[in-house]
Amino acid sequence: MTEPSLQQQFDEKVASEIAIEPRDWMPDDYRKTLIRQISQHAHSEIVGMLPEGNWITRAPSLRRKAVLLAKVQDEGGHGLYLYSAAETLGISRDEMIEQLHSGKAKYSSIFNYPTLTWADMGAIGWLVDGAAIMNQVPLCRTSYGPYARAMVRVCKEESFHQRQGFEIMMTLANGTAVQKKMAQDALNRWWWPSIMMFGPPDADSPHTQQSMEWRIKRFTNDELRQKFIDVTVEQARLIGLTVPDPDLKWNEATGHYDYGKIDWEEFWNVVKGNGPCNKQRLETRKKAWENGAWVREAASAYAGKRRQRQQEKNAAAEAAAA
Amino acid sequence: MNLFRVFRYGDYGDREAAAAGETKYDTRAEWPLWEVFIRSKAGLDHKHAGSLHAADAAMAVENARDVYTRRMEGVSIWVVESKYIHASDPADAEMLYDPAHDKIYRHPTFYNLPDELKHM
Repeated sequence: MTEPSLQQQFDEKVASEIAIEPRDWMPDDYRKTLIRQISQHAHSEIVGMLPEGNWITRAPSLRRKAVLLAKVQDEGGHGLYLYSAAETLGISRDEMIEQLHSGKAKYSSIFNYPTLTWADMGAIGWLVDGAAIMNQVPLCRTSYGPYARAMVRVCKEESFHQRQGFEIMMTLANGTAVQKKMAQDALNRWWWPSIMMFGPPDADSPHTQQSMEWRIKRFTNDELRQKFIDVTVEQARLIGLTVPDPDLKWNEATGHYDYGKIDWEEFWNVVKGNGPCNKQRLETRKKAWENGAWVREAASAYAGKRRQRQQEKNAAAEAAAA
Repeated sequence: MNLFRVFRYGDYGDREAAAAGETKYDTRAEWPLWEVFIRSKAGLDHKHAGSLHAADAAMAVENARDVYTRRMEGVSIWVVESKYIHASDPADAEMLYDPAHDKIYRHPTFYNLPDELKHM
């Protein structure tokens, strides 16, 4: 077989919406793009546990605490689904973790912002998970089978994340004047980073076009961002909060909200590692990995010892039977 | 180049063979990879749910419970180390599955019977 025919087969499959599976032939760049995207998605889930983990011990009620624990546990699970999906492409788990720790692999910039008040738990669930869902729902139909299957699982679980966040915001917005102010403050701080989550504008997004052709992505960054803004502005209105964008206004002609200029300089600055919490997040992850090393080694040693004992037992039984 | 590499699907785990040889990363310290199968309720088959790393089978079952059954997804878990899965090669797909294409008489709808015929 020659390369064009493999390439043609691949193109045909993608065009006719047949999923690509781990052992199917795929262009090297497709594989690389997926490894980059899936591993960074996994890292985002894992690092994403940190800003919320900050509030587990200080949740205002047992109910809120149980919910937050379940949510953070879900994020951990989502990271694991995604790491496994990336591993089917031929990268090892340890290598991905190494790439995260060395800074070679990125994670979503949003997790480099601090969680200052309880209302931030509401804003994260509502806005950050809301934006993530907007991004992830189309990924359930992405062309690579293991990634799509992982995303189906993630999306099923994530819908409660957004709802519990909105519930927190709604409760605060309907509470005392101080509580409402706290909710508004959280919205003010999380709004712009949330809409930056969709990534740079289409014109400056180097991977978008190829990813659309490969049907890894189904919508462009700007399309998803617009969709998110359109639904979220209405949701804010419902609970009497104000989206912190003076240029936001309904455009009758386009049927969408027009929005103000996004500060992309801030975005790139955070991506480059200069956000408020970049250092702290990475340090926490590295420390967890290093401090867990003895546990990983001990478990391997224990499993080895048990295997050996079983083998000796089997050998003894065989000898006795002979 | 992986053009001429023959993939024996499952002779190794997906991870090992999918891009074998392309990673020079030392993975000896990694816990092995396991495939997880879940029975969602009594009476149904175990179905592949995903994979995870664990030091041994007992830990794989415990981890599978935490990772894949947080919402009552299952009543029974199977785990098998990925390297023990043997599967067909996608390159053999034509040879294996095409012969079934022209045997539509194996399906009940192939037979044209009168509408008056009942209970069949």
